[in-house]
Amino acid sequence: MHDRLAMALQDDLTNAIVSTRAKGVLIDVSALEIVDSFIGRMLSNIASASRVLDAVTIVVGMRPHVAITLVELGVQLSGIQTARNVDKGLETINRLIEQSESTDADGDD
Amino acid sequence: MPANFDALANAIEQSEKDLLGRWIATLTAAGATRSGQTSDKDLKDACGRFLKELRSALKNGAGEDITGQQWQDAREVLEEISTARALRGYSPVETALFVFSLKEPLFDLLRKMLAGEENLTDVVIASGVLLDRLGLFTTEVYQKSREELIKRQQDELLELSTPVIQLWDKILALPLIGTLDSARTQIVMENLLQTIVDAEAEIAIIDITGVPAVDTLVAQHLIKTVAAARLMGADCIISGIRPQIAQTIVHLGLDLQVVSKATMADALSMALKKTGQKVERVAARG
Repeated sequence: MHDRLAMALQDDLTNAIVSTRAKGVLIDVSALEIVDSFIGRMLSNIASASRVLDAVTIVVGMRPHVAITLVELGVQLSGIQTARNVDKGLETINRLIEQSESTDADGDD
Repeated sequence: MPANFDALANAIEQSEKDLLGRWIATLTAAGATRSGQTSDKDLKDACGRFLKELRSALKNGAGEDITGQQWQDAREVLEEISTARALRGYSPVETALFVFSLKEPLFDLLRKMLAGEENLTDVVIASGVLLDRLGLFTTEVYQKSREELIKRQQDELLELSTPVIQLWDKILALPLIGTLDSARTQIVMENLLQTIVDAEAEIAIIDITGVPAVDTLVAQHLIKTVAAARLMGADCIISGIRPQIAQTIVHLGLDLQVVSKATMADALSMALKKTGQKVERVAARG
């Protein structure tokens, strides 16, 4: 994933969240072999943007070396949920959406 | 200088047997056999081989420079002897003594053979320098083989001390033993993350019962490992924090940013709950 692609992804994704009124974003990074600080920040930005648009972000399938690199680079992916694979990710995302809906409902009462 | 060594070579050649006998006697008196650890036969064999190589090197006109081609065979014999001694736990002094104890009988011999000749002092000084160099060479080889031994043991320790255990379905345990430095953390992290992938684990319990002390650096390493595991989609629980370590962590103002439990058992029961599993006692038997 190169830099321009990451920027394009951010644009497309935010547009898509608005047009489909999505509640959750699942990013599968299992094919991602090399990361740098820019990509790390992009993931973080995507998560923040999605949160503003009321959608939860979850990153799945990260490879061990990618995880080590991100940690060593000091990239804090705070606010991003993670899961081992797509199945687990969907499970988690559904739970999170239910949670946020129930708190919204609480807030309305 | 070669003239001096000619005299030395002649002296050794003429009374090699006598010299060998006296050398071994000196070595034995100095405790070289270490109460039977090296047999008399081995010692005699080693001395004989070295003396033979020394003589042939000198006869071939080898100079004082023992790094030269002509000293190759003699060096090999010395290397073999020092390495064997280093591995058997001899002290550096005992190893160096092997060559240095040759001085006394050799100088005696020279004194007898060159009695009255004016080059006696020169020959003795030159031989002394030569034997010193050979002696230092054995010490160097000794040191080198000890270092290799230490390095190999370190590697073995590293492999031994970082196992990742599958404790339960989707639950891993990582018992850490010994000090956590950067090199070990790297290996621990890689092992843990790879096992998380292989076992599709959701929770990893890091047990630090065997970690003697936690300082800011160790804590930093732990935090990194936890963060990496979290990126992979697995949660971590730290267990086995001893009272003193808990106090240290508080004193240092560290935040491990992770759930911690006192014992591995507590951590396991929490992990089971989180993964929605349950262990039940079966109805009493009999």
